[in-house]
Amino acid sequence: MNWIFGDNINTDLITPGRLNISTVPEELAKVVFLEYCPSFSKEVKSEDFVVAGRNFGCGSSRETAVLALKACQIKAVLAKSFARIFYRNCINNGLLAIITDTSNIEKDDELELDLEKRVLLNKTKGIDLQIVLPGLMLESYRAGGIIPLIKQHGLDFLTRLTE
Amino acid sequence: MEGRKDQTLAEKIFSMHCGRDVYAGDVVLADLDLVFAHDTTCAWLLEPFYQLTDRVWNKHKVFIFFDHAFPAPNLQIAQFHARIRRFANEQDIPIICEGVCHQVLIEKLIMPGQLILGADSHTPTGGALGALTIGAGSTDVAIGMATGKCWFVVPVTIRIEITGKLKPGVFVKDVGLLIAKTIGPEGADYKVVEFTGDAVKNFSVFERATLTNMSSEMGAKAAIVEFDQQVCEYLKARRDNFVETDLTKQLKSDLNAKYHKILSFDISALEPLVAQPHEIDNVIEVKKLESEKIKVDQVFLGSCTNARIDDLEVAFKVFKKVKRINQSTRLIITPASREVYLEAERRGYLKFFTELGATVTNPGCGACLGRHLGILYDEEVCVSTSNRNFMGRMGSPRARIYLASPATAAASAVTGFLTDPREFL
Repeated sequence: MNWIFGDNINTDLITPGRLNISTVPEELAKVVFLEYCPSFSKEVKSEDFVVAGRNFGCGSSRETAVLALKACQIKAVLAKSFARIFYRNCINNGLLAIITDTSNIEKDDELELDLEKRVLLNKTKGIDLQIVLPGLMLESYRAGGIIPLIKQHGLDFLTRLTE
Repeated sequence: MEGRKDQTLAEKIFSMHCGRDVYAGDVVLADLDLVFAHDTTCAWLLEPFYQLTDRVWNKHKVFIFFDHAFPAPNLQIAQFHARIRRFANEQDIPIICEGVCHQVLIEKLIMPGQLILGADSHTPTGGALGALTIGAGSTDVAIGMATGKCWFVVPVTIRIEITGKLKPGVFVKDVGLLIAKTIGPEGADYKVVEFTGDAVKNFSVFERATLTNMSSEMGAKAAIVEFDQQVCEYLKARRDNFVETDLTKQLKSDLNAKYHKILSFDISALEPLVAQPHEIDNVIEVKKLESEKIKVDQVFLGSCTNARIDDLEVAFKVFKKVKRINQSTRLIITPASREVYLEAERRGYLKFFTELGATVTNPGCGACLGRHLGILYDEEVCVSTSNRNFMGRMGSPRARIYLASPATAAASAVTGFLTDPREFL
């Protein structure tokens, strides 16, 4: 299923400041959207999508917002746009943050990502949506994060993937 | 150099840190001058750091600040602090416990033209000294601490020209709120904001820091004010090793630099503003809300936006006139740094505030992020001089935060209602 959110969802809403005092992803997963969308942490299932409007992940740089969503095993965050630090944190942790036109995606639409073709299939509505997915995000997702990529290929590799 | 196109200040600083002329859109692996984290973001960077190395790349260029919740208010944070202290001791790097990182960096560390990476979203604050100071998550900062490098896309720049002179009772915070209202929470995402114009030239380094700080709330990657005489004087008085060179004099955008956008603001007619819950751009004149009689439970004079000595001075002037605060309003004053605290002490402000009934806390982030020193309960209203009025930011998601200048905050503490400060100044 798809969890639908609006514009400007900030990282204080994702992992509130007084609750994100942990480095254990599973602990952080328990507080995701705890106050803003209390059912999320209880009902979210692996392979669910988080679907949002513009500027998802704005505000604090806290990486727990990404670690917590990743620990929920969601498939990807889809948004019209992302705040810069959140987007980098997604790249670094291998969580897919995908830019696409989310206007018409509804809760029960069946979505499928084709990472090779860079397309999001909305099977329910019979629509193919173009997605923005830089090579660096895809490689990091496949490697399980940026650190394994750096260890394998070195830092210069990152800039080649970004270009 | 032949073929070299005119550059923005941001493009110049990136060029200085990657050994070639680069322009907006180029991808670079840049050398960092300084890398920092604080008492929460540092805890999250330890794991990625140790996966890469067991030594920081340069122990003289890595700094850790304990400011977000110091001294530790609970066991979990005490554990964070203990782990970070162990790391710092092992790496022989300092832990600085004397206020908000961004303020201490301005007071003691940042030099013009530097490229700095910090694990905190308000890192752009340091651009007030003509440096590029960029916020990031913990993993990027772990990589920076391990290698001294970070990859960047060289950003485009929005030039914001501010002209005119503020009326009495109107302050730089109000200018910041006006800009936030105009460009919104995403208006500067991925971009550098360059503040310029006659008004900015006349703003002090600290006033400039309020503007650069607030650019974070518009998504800015960095914010910058070009090096000038004000910055020069400030640094000469505070850094043993600062000398003005030809290089520092070049720290300005070239005449034909290419901007993403140029925005102009005349601030001569500006009124005191407030950002209403829960968005930075939900901005309105304070005067227009006065008839609603919004009862204020807590006033927070603190944070990296507005808790410098000038801000405490404004509050002092408001209180001095009436010599009272409203008995049902909690006034919490958290100076931005030890230096600010000691100067306020020297001037007699702290004694005066305390005798009025205010709670003066140790320097740091204080109540801003809802971890200690003034957490809000359901339905409570806070007027804060900070930069975030997000739902739940300072405690209960049912609390309401209004962002305002230190003058408006102080006036509201006097009346107990959200109040235009001009009748008190």
